[in-house]
Amino acid sequence: MKRSSQLNRRSPLLAIYALLVFAFLYLPIVVLILYSFNRDGVGGFPPKHLTIAWYRLLFTDSAIWDSVLNSLLVAAAAVVLSLTLGLLAALALDRATFPGKSIFRRLVLLPLILPGIITGLSLLMFAVLRGLPLSLVTVLLGHGTALISVATTELFAGLQKIDRAQEEASLDLGATPWQTFWRVTLPNLKLSLIAAGLLIFTLSMDEIAVTFFLIGRDNTLPLEIWARLRRGITPEINAISTLIFAVSVILILVWYQIRTRTTGKEAHELLERP
Amino acid sequence: MPWRSANDIEMYSRAYKWIVSTPPILWVGIFLLLPYALMFAHSFWLVRDGTIVHEWNLENYAKLFQNPVYLEVLFRTMRMAAGVTLLSLLLGYPLAYYMSFHTGHSKDLLYQLVIVPLWVSYLVRGYAWKTILGSEGILNGFLEYLHVTSAPVSFFLYSPFAVVLMLTHIYTPFVFLPLYASLEHIPRNLVEASHDLGAGSRATFLRVILPLSLPGLLAGATFAFVLTLGDFLAPLLVGGPSSIMIANIVQSLFGTAYDWPLGAAISVCILLLTISLLVLTERLENRWSFR
Repeated sequence: MKRSSQLNRRSPLLAIYALLVFAFLYLPIVVLILYSFNRDGVGGFPPKHLTIAWYRLLFTDSAIWDSVLNSLLVAAAAVVLSLTLGLLAALALDRATFPGKSIFRRLVLLPLILPGIITGLSLLMFAVLRGLPLSLVTVLLGHGTALISVATTELFAGLQKIDRAQEEASLDLGATPWQTFWRVTLPNLKLSLIAAGLLIFTLSMDEIAVTFFLIGRDNTLPLEIWARLRRGITPEINAISTLIFAVSVILILVWYQIRTRTTGKEAHELLERP
Repeated sequence: MPWRSANDIEMYSRAYKWIVSTPPILWVGIFLLLPYALMFAHSFWLVRDGTIVHEWNLENYAKLFQNPVYLEVLFRTMRMAAGVTLLSLLLGYPLAYYMSFHTGHSKDLLYQLVIVPLWVSYLVRGYAWKTILGSEGILNGFLEYLHVTSAPVSFFLYSPFAVVLMLTHIYTPFVFLPLYASLEHIPRNLVEASHDLGAGSRATFLRVILPLSLPGLLAGATFAFVLTLGDFLAPLLVGGPSSIMIANIVQSLFGTAYDWPLGAAISVCILLLTISLLVLTERLENRWSFR
């Protein structure tokens, strides 16, 4: 990569353009955070009289915190559900042959690219047909099922990098397939599992398109925000959004670190390839 | 990358293969394939006296093509999706190009800076745009502060423009990622060779870099287009009556209008449109990618 530096001619116009794109990407986030501290609420310019009153108000708002709890419960359960099924699906795709394997692969990945409304409505019809009442359980079903796609992609990538000779050695030395799975395969996948889990957790916490159609009486946090938005804008929403943003960024930084550790070398090799 | 030969997987017993593949196949069959199939089935049923009757017919699809409203909204949605795609590319491509070819040590940091907004929830970013664009909003406040305008401008919010702007903001990082990856994969000696052989920067870009980045460009563009096509939240959040998109019709048919079969028929159309686009672009990507 070093040789390419001689191609790096200065190009101020392009640099300014890139800066403007970054400004566009960050403008709403900056506005969001800034106005969460604005005494006079959202709107007007410039923001003046910085205050943490909206955060205080937020901490006494029990409806929001109930919805945060609901979201955390759903996200945690969705991680367990989709990681378990995603791990099995990744193992199946990596190691088994069965009729319809390529159809299965495409079907698992479909929720990743299909608009959420289609997956959400399909599951709604399924719930109605089976007589399942809409509740956090149906939301979990939606998240868990849709996010198998993410778990499978991440874990399949992880499996591809494991040296299979280790498992072969374990089997040759007399360990049962069960022992080999717990003592060799799973520890090797540890980082991929954590990375996928964090990603799924964040995605589930933020999910709205699928949730929209599967929600019962108890709201998740995005749906609670949605309901309030219909009634009007309040700086409390800025405050809770700023908090979620901070948590998301922390989770994503952790995820990114783990992911770079698992795939960094690989990506580097790919870049160096002539 | 150690690619495995087919007989590598012989080391796993039949039982092992059964145990790992049965649960996900069953789960995906029951909770994904069956619901999607149910969507197809509904599109051939009808509503009579407020209940869904399981009589197989093509009436819903006939309605779609007879009533000009549906096609009109579908075409508007496709225009808006094309707008979002184009704008995301206009923002994403120069950024990816700049980062790939003109930044040195700061590359990784800049890359992470593009990723971060991706993880701010969709809803929150839409909400932020609402507070910026509203008639009591920040943009209007800013313009009045600068004395550019004296009264609030109301057309920023609740317009197709606001929807396209919001979705462009959301999909630009998605478009950027595959673009940047494909630019990073371009062997730098090809670019040097082009310069050595006397091509200027422009010719090198048009004849070497752009063609080699087409697979990434296509992947990003497909993503932005397909996801905009099925979006219903942005029009509800920042759009007005003039920016109703096709998924809003589906949503209202499943809600207050209560005509699930018709809504299912439109969903099936969105689904088929999406899948055919994916198949088409996958073919093109395979043709354009060089190894």
